[in-house]
Amino acid sequence: MSREKLVVIGNGMAPGRALERLFELAPGRYDVTIFNAEPRVNYDRIMLSPVLSGEKTYDDIVIHGDGWYVANGVTLYKGHKVVEIDRAARTVTSAEGVTASFDKLIIATGSLPIVIPVPGHDLAGVLTYRDLDDVHAMLLAARRGGRAVVIGGGLLGLEAAAGLREQGMDVTVLHLMPTLMERQLDTAAGHLLQKAVEARGIRVITRANTKALHGSDVRIGPAHVEAVELEDGTKLPADIVVMAVGIRPNAAIAKAAGLTVNRGIVVDAGMATSDPDIFALGECAEAGGQVFGLVAPLYEMAGVVASRLAGDASTVFNPSVTATKLKVTGINLFSAGDFADAKDREEIVLRDAARSVYKRLVLKNDRILGAVLYGDTADGAWFFDMIRKGADISELRETLIFGPAYAGGNAADPTAAVAALPDEAEICGCNGVCKGRITGAITTLGLKSLDEVRAQTKASASCGSCTPLVEQLIKLQLGDAYNPAAVQPMCPCTAHGHDEVRRLIVAKSLKSIPAVMQALEWRTSSGCAKCRPALNYYLIATWPGEYVDDNQSRFINERVHANIQKDGTYSVVPRMWGGMTSSSELRAIADIVDKFAIPAVKVTGGQRIDMLGVRKEDLPAVWADLGKAGMVSGAAYAKGLRTVKTCVGTDWCRFGTQDSTGLGVRIEKFMWGSWTPAKVKMAVSGCPRNCAEATCKDVGVICVESGYDIHFAGAAGLDIKGTEVLGHVTTEDEAIVVIAALVQLYREQGRYLERIYKWAKRVGIDTVRKQVLDDLERRQALFDRFVYSQKFSQTDPWAERVAGRDAHEFRPMKDLARAEAAE
Amino acid sequence: MTIMDTGWIDIGALDDVPRQGARIVRTPSGCIAVFRTADDRVFAIDDRCPHKGGPLSQGIVHGASVTCPLHNWVISLESGTAEGADEGSVACFRVKVEDGRIHLAASAIAFAVGDTSAT
Ligand code: SRM
Ligand SMILES: Cc1cc2nc3c(=O)[nH]c(=O)nc-3n(C[C@H](O)[C@H](O)[C@H](O)COP(=O)(O)OP(=O)(O)OC[C@H]3O[C@@H](n4cnc5c(N)ncnc54)[C@H](O)[C@@H]3O)c2cc1C
Ligand code: SF4
Ligand code: FES
Repeated sequence: MSREKLVVIGNGMAPGRALERLFELAPGRYDVTIFNAEPRVNYDRIMLSPVLSGEKTYDDIVIHGDGWYVANGVTLYKGHKVVEIDRAARTVTSAEGVTASFDKLIIATGSLPIVIPVPGHDLAGVLTYRDLDDVHAMLLAARRGGRAVVIGGGLLGLEAAAGLREQGMDVTVLHLMPTLMERQLDTAAGHLLQKAVEARGIRVITRANTKALHGSDVRIGPAHVEAVELEDGTKLPADIVVMAVGIRPNAAIAKAAGLTVNRGIVVDAGMATSDPDIFALGECAEAGGQVFGLVAPLYEMAGVVASRLAGDASTVFNPSVTATKLKVTGINLFSAGDFADAKDREEIVLRDAARSVYKRLVLKNDRILGAVLYGDTADGAWFFDMIRKGADISELRETLIFGPAYAGGNAADPTAAVAALPDEAEICGCNGVCKGRITGAITTLGLKSLDEVRAQTKASASCGSCTPLVEQLIKLQLGDAYNPAAVQPMCPCTAHGHDEVRRLIVAKSLKSIPAVMQALEWRTSSGCAKCRPALNYYLIATWPGEYVDDNQSRFINERVHANIQKDGTYSVVPRMWGGMTSSSELRAIADIVDKFAIPAVKVTGGQRIDMLGVRKEDLPAVWADLGKAGMVSGAAYAKGLRTVKTCVGTDWCRFGTQDSTGLGVRIEKFMWGSWTPAKVKMAVSGCPRNCAEATCKDVGVICVESGYDIHFAGAAGLDIKGTEVLGHVTTEDEAIVVIAALVQLYREQGRYLERIYKWAKRVGIDTVRKQVLDDLERRQALFDRFVYSQKFSQTDPWAERVAGRDAHEFRPMKDLARAEAAE
Repeated sequence: MTIMDTGWIDIGALDDVPRQGARIVRTPSGCIAVFRTADDRVFAIDDRCPHKGGPLSQGIVHGASVTCPLHNWVISLESGTAEGADEGSVACFRVKVEDGRIHLAASAIAFAVGDTSAT
């Protein structure tokens, strides 16, 4: 029997969840095809704001990587917008001309951002805030600096404003109403929020009615937005304008197909549209006269659709109240339920201006209808649970606003709030995970860390705002056995792990070691021998050309560009590109060995020559002579590119398939000088006999008739590990682009002293491959960043020191032995 | 001979030593490492790690300590003793900074004075 065909239009968060459930409930039942207008996999749209602010990257927010589609046999058409649903023929067709037939169809086209139709709304530089492309457009604009005007002071608008501000733009928020987020907050709380937003350097103009957008002069090129004009005549200069004024269900194709559409696509309790084989799901759907704009109810819809498709006709969609949080780091705002004023409603309000805390509960008949918490949101889950259950609060009323810590006269224990929650209380709104599910998983699966709980239950895996609650739950379950610092701190000087530090360096634009230590609250005045070299590397890798290298934070080898030996002398290893040398180089080396009475000369395991036992004060003179013979530092001491070993390849070898020597030399000449988290060793072999031992290197190339097999993540030191295959390319040029992109990704993600094989194991071979091989755009971007950073790193450090740099390193401050003698 | 007269030897300017760095002063009986901390305090200790003789002047300076470049022992510049689990100590010498010049107590090399034949 052939499998039923399920087609999905749209690949957002709602259908992603529905398919996950469906594959659990009825594995293998459907042949699934997805069309997605966005050219990408399913990602966590909620987390676009942290991507905009620089706190996360796109990769961090992918929900289903390419591998997931492969593993589940799903065909995903990326960048295919469906333009027609033919209900008679049971097919859908994309703008690219692909037609797929269906037995069941899910429409999950989400929403469209509303664009206010003022004059100039279609100018270049006028953006909305809905998908990754919007974020990219904003980031691109932000790179040029300048002014941004955000129209709309709701959740989305404020998140966009905060992100753009983080990116260094001068930001103004325009809001039509007298106070921000007036749907969630009353006037007083709106002012508190406005103050907090303004404290981040964002200008807020309320009662601002946009009249027109003005563009640049068309005679000097395509018109680009230049200013926003308000009803009262005020003109605000703007390099970009972001409209975040609301969304509208995206129901056009459903309507064109003759399905019943009201505000959204009308569905019954089983999420079926007016055609029983067609479901609508997510923000595009209208259920019980309501449309939804938050993921929690959409995930509930997803569960219903999955059950229905799995053959269970009994589950129905029963939307519950929703809660929202503003995801702007440092501003705590929680609101849940319904808080509109009405005659029959009462409220309880707590204000603590000094602490900037505001809490408001809206009550009706001794039940909580809505809650707004500003400043201190710890009790959000507790209130939210009471709203959902319609709990009678008459007994608690006197202390209700103080939260669960006081509810039973208990002392104020930080975990009291979570302890007081019943098992069904929802902890993670995004993923609909209740307390019982989390505590159950901790006990039965023996979970010990936040990461494990996230992986097993999805709790706090989306927007992350419930992370503190989840951590408290783990703490409650495990007691002292829970060590929240499961993230290994970089060193005893800080509580932050390497990844966190790297992220914050970017997010907070930290550009010096003291700035990092200040902003991240280092515990020691000047770090230690562990964290300083790591910070120095992170800064140099993050801000090429801008960061001034701190020599005193480098290990001696990198400080003086030679390897210290056990007796305090140094070894000197010049580059021999790809292992090739010449009589003149060898002669120069021989002369130098004689001239400076260098005690030992050795051929290294890296296909070059090591002079050992050079006295420190002789180093500049040795380098001067090497330089005259055209030799530069081999960086045998560096956390950077070491050697590129080669074999003789087609130049000489009867089996060689490509010019392995030439490619090795090219790679080494292109990549030398770059700093990396740990050392990087490469090799190129001319055929699979692999005489250059490429399959145990950080990066290795095996030449074959049809091109180049690129390998990576090998090691042959403390650990022995054969490489993984990254992929195959057909030209030398492409090999170089892929290798540089790979190294750049490692430079950006690797923890200090973490070799490529360890990094690859941590982030996943597949994710690496996806980014440097499959995703051409991303590969190019990585390559470009590598090339950019190389502009600042290819100066031979030996030549610089021959010319006098850091002379103090090589000379005693005072020679009293000699001075005595002279006197 | 001025050394014994003053008790102090001018060994150079404060700025000859990089912040969070060190320079060496060669004496007939070995090298003395002169350190300058981030907050401009100056210390002088024997340039030989109590572990296996590593040149402490080549280490990374943090706070008032230095990490030996050979096997990462951490030595206190104030007391000359190894920190943490390691045991051992090196000689510390008196230094003072006046008018931007560093002066080393002559006693640091006093025992070597006169023995100029070492060079
Ligand atoms: C000179 C050389 C040995 C030789 O005489 O052939 C050598 C010498 C040292 N190796 Fe090596 N390694 C040398 C090839 C290798 C190789 C073989 C290779 O590159 O093909 C390996 C195994 C491959 C690998 O790295 O996976 C190798 C694995 C190591 C390791 C273990 C690294 C690991 O992550 O497992 C260390 C320790 C470390 O880096 O922390 C190390 C560290 C060292 C150090 C730097 C130890 C130190 O910190 O002082 C030695 C410095 C000697 C000096 O002053 O020059 N050396 N070392 C080789 C120099 C290659 C070059 O031209 O640059
Ligand atoms: C910046 C931002 C922050 C947010 N923060 C929160 C938050 O904190 N909490 C919360 O609960 N919610 C938040 N939301 C809302 C939440 O992201 C959405 O409710 C949710 O993603 C909607 O899911 P969906 O699957 O219905 O639609 P979407 O995720 O919008 O997916 C629809 C997809 O369908 C594609 N598509 C549209 N038409 C076609 C077509 N004709 N053919 C093929 N594909 C098509 C679109 O390209 C899109 O990829 C936020 C949204 C944004 C933009
Ligand atoms: S690997 Fe192949 S090309 Fe290279 S030397 Fe060996 S046989 Fe020749
Ligand atoms: S010689 Fe200093 S730590 Fe070993």
